[in-house]
Amino acid sequence: MAAPDIVMYEEEFNQIKAIISKLRVDANAKVVFLVDKNGQQIAAHGEIENLDTTSLASLTAGNVAATDGLARLIGEKEFSILFHAGERDNIHISIVAQRVILVVIFDERSSLGLVRLRVKKASQELNDVFARIMAKVEKEKQAAGTAFESPFAEITDEDIDSLFSE
Amino acid sequence: MTFINYASREINCKIVYYGPGLCGKTTNLQWIYDKTNPGAKGKLISLATETDRTLFFDFLPLELGTVRGFKTRFHLYTVPGQVFYDASRKLILKGVDGVIFVADSQVERMDANVEAIDNLVINLKSQGYDLMTIPYVLQLNKRDLPNVTPVDEMVRLLRKKDEPTIEAVAMKGTGVFETLKGVAKLVLSELTKAG
Repeated sequence: MAAPDIVMYEEEFNQIKAIISKLRVDANAKVVFLVDKNGQQIAAHGEIENLDTTSLASLTAGNVAATDGLARLIGEKEFSILFHAGERDNIHISIVAQRVILVVIFDERSSLGLVRLRVKKASQELNDVFARIMAKVEKEKQAAGTAFESPFAEITDEDIDSLFSE
Repeated sequence: MTFINYASREINCKIVYYGPGLCGKTTNLQWIYDKTNPGAKGKLISLATETDRTLFFDFLPLELGTVRGFKTRFHLYTVPGQVFYDASRKLILKGVDGVIFVADSQVERMDANVEAIDNLVINLKSQGYDLMTIPYVLQLNKRDLPNVTPVDEMVRLLRKKDEPTIEAVAMKGTGVFETLKGVAKLVLSELTKAG
């Protein structure tokens, strides 16, 4: 496998939620969310009731992937910050811990400068959390010998078939 | 790269539909979208040109139900089939858990099928995957057309390992869910092995 699977544990998940909710308040933002580079949403906070966060996550990852491709074409490793300015709302996208994408949506109640400043601080905290997660995954892998103990170890054909029964 | 969230008890898998231009990747997704009940699906997003050719990707999130207490979500993506969109195709394979190759059964598209599979092998490799080990299903699409290549001929040309091979008519839905189920099965049973 190319990269280790991300496994999210309760403890770290709560820490992540706390960090992004603090970031939302500090940056005066409407929405803050965290997506992994493959387009899976990890956590979201803020005015998300009328927001299609699943689509937002996949498009954000597509956007970052396309921009990464552009970066490599001109000899850059990545563009670590993307910013989209709209008439009312703006989107600030940054890469955290090389593997997750932090997205901040904000309007005129905040400013790009403030968002950048707060994102920088939150990124450091998120970096630490993800380092802990990876260490934990690694440790569990070793503890379980070569095979990482998956909760799906005893999945049966019937389990899978039942997913598709109408 | 399956994403398992113990906190919210969710498991997310990424499935990519691959294949030559106009083979029916988007049609597969469209059928699944039309036939799934609204509670189980998200929006179908198509990043397409004005003539409905896929430009970057189509995306459909599907929630299938629970396995062992975990909500299973499948994120279905298609790649743009046209040859010159290769850079985009490569990107979409990032973090893929399972691949469906949609082959166009028409005689005149055999070369395009072969070329697209070769391209898949190369692009998977560039993301660090091997077609021989990744969950993979071959769909022989457009079986209803008059000028199709016989199945055994297609299998001889296109089959890479012992992958499930499913005949389909995506426009009418034949074989569409069987294909998805085939790959879902492989992806989930992959989880029973190492993580």
